[in-house]
Amino acid sequence: MQALRIQKSPMPGFALGMGITLTMLSLIVILPVGALLAQGASYGAEGIWQTVNTPRVWAALYLSFRLAFFAALFNLVFGTLLAWVLARYEFPGRRLVDAMVDLPFALPTAVAGIALTALYAPNGVFGSLAKALGVKIAYTQWGILIALIFVGLPFVTRTVQPVIAEIEREVEEASATLGASRLYTLYRVILPMLMPAALTGFALSLARAVGEYGSVIFIAGNLPLKTEIAPLLIVIKLEEFDYNGAAAIGIAMLLISFTMLLAINLIQIWSRRRIGHV
Amino acid sequence: MSDTQAPARWRAVTEESRPARIALIAVALAGLGVLVLAPLAVVFAEALAKGAGAAIASLGNRDAQSAIRLTLLVAAIAVPLNAVFGIAAAWTITKFDFRGKAFLITLIDLPFSVSPVVAGLALVLLFGTNSLIGGWLVAQGFPIIFALPGIVLASVFVTFPFVARELIPVMIEQGRAEEEAALTLGASGWRVFRTVTLPNIKWALLYGVLLCNARAMGEFGAVAVVSGKIRGVTATMPITIEMMYNEYLSVAAFSLAAVLAALGLLTLALKTVLEWRHADQLAATRRY
Repeated sequence: MQALRIQKSPMPGFALGMGITLTMLSLIVILPVGALLAQGASYGAEGIWQTVNTPRVWAALYLSFRLAFFAALFNLVFGTLLAWVLARYEFPGRRLVDAMVDLPFALPTAVAGIALTALYAPNGVFGSLAKALGVKIAYTQWGILIALIFVGLPFVTRTVQPVIAEIEREVEEASATLGASRLYTLYRVILPMLMPAALTGFALSLARAVGEYGSVIFIAGNLPLKTEIAPLLIVIKLEEFDYNGAAAIGIAMLLISFTMLLAINLIQIWSRRRIGHV
Repeated sequence: MSDTQAPARWRAVTEESRPARIALIAVALAGLGVLVLAPLAVVFAEALAKGAGAAIASLGNRDAQSAIRLTLLVAAIAVPLNAVFGIAAAWTITKFDFRGKAFLITLIDLPFSVSPVVAGLALVLLFGTNSLIGGWLVAQGFPIIFALPGIVLASVFVTFPFVARELIPVMIEQGRAEEEAALTLGASGWRVFRTVTLPNIKWALLYGVLLCNARAMGEFGAVAVVSGKIRGVTATMPITIEMMYNEYLSVAAFSLAAVLAALGLLTLALKTVLEWRHADQLAATRRY
């Protein structure tokens, strides 16, 4: 057996599989992303900085990342609660509700965008309610936040739910026999176990929200400096045939995204180490 | 001592109290209702705002018709491409050991962390008329940007990891023993794949294809950048919805949106049925 394992794989199709994989990967992902980076390189670091370092671009980047962070934070809390309810409680229609969680993935973003706008515009169902309370939602940053919450909603629930299903009840029982209240057990025993998966969901939700375009532009109002998101600014630069400017903002977005995802990964490794498993 | 009575119903220590459970379920249902169900309902309500007749009539519009045809065509090209890629990538990654495997998986996942608009921008920079490759292709009479190939490339980019991500965990769980047994019995490589591997992964494959298809038909950001939004030529369903909405053709926009939403609901229903029926095989993919 040992000898067999060291031998080369007898499985056929390596060349074919690897060939298809690398060809498609190059054509679809590597070459285009390479072209983006090349455009940035030819524009130069100074050029990129000059494009990014304008009030309008800063405002858009700050808006995109700040609202994406808050939306992902909301989804972290609500998504974990939802996962807990779906994994632990029995109630009529549970399986239907479970399927409903994926609706934001199934609904195209443009459809979600016009639907949310119709709902939250001053003459919409929720918008008129908010108007009576003196709050404007559509065409303000609140509207953008709601759209970003919508598109990222399923991520946390879908990463946390399987982990809850795998928790052994003995752990909770042990905690209870040692005199812990239920709330204390949830906070000190269950929550740390869910943390790494919840953070994965948070990161996915954040990455999705940062780059989101379709569902946001309808509800955003798109006022420069106020409700203009970074992806929209790229589209505007492209429509002006300012390829350097578009590439500069695109590269800035990629850089900030990767830094944030790296930070989340580090937190994840730390929290995994702290509890020793999962 | 003897007069201590057991309560009518014991509560397990691993359970929350009944009021707490009811409150949590209520919060979950109310949240989902407001955040998810209400937007879905409003699509159909707005489409039917002037009656079913007006909604159906607006779908007969030439722009709507050509948008539906284009979207179906794009999905019919992009989804099989991604299925072939997903199978090839999953086969290579799970059946062989080689250096740089983790890096390869990272590259495959990359499109998930790139904004669709940035994806579209990257394609424009590579294949646009101003670029080396794009300029040459246009001279050959084969434009990519502002034409069908660009829309297909953008759709493939945003759905790139879907099939591979569903297949890889399933194929890791199944191991290589069955294929190796078939090979020792003299089956050819292609036959091993068709008769041993494919039956083992078919539900996961279908699952990935469904997700891929839903996203490909609904993609907006990346397609908006590469398509040029030429009415009747490169305007897919989501792009046409945007154009109609901006022209205040509310019923037409929401009717077309309702068709896309219905396709999305159908996808969701099929996916849910797959999850209920083949939970054992898909269990691996849900643990990503």
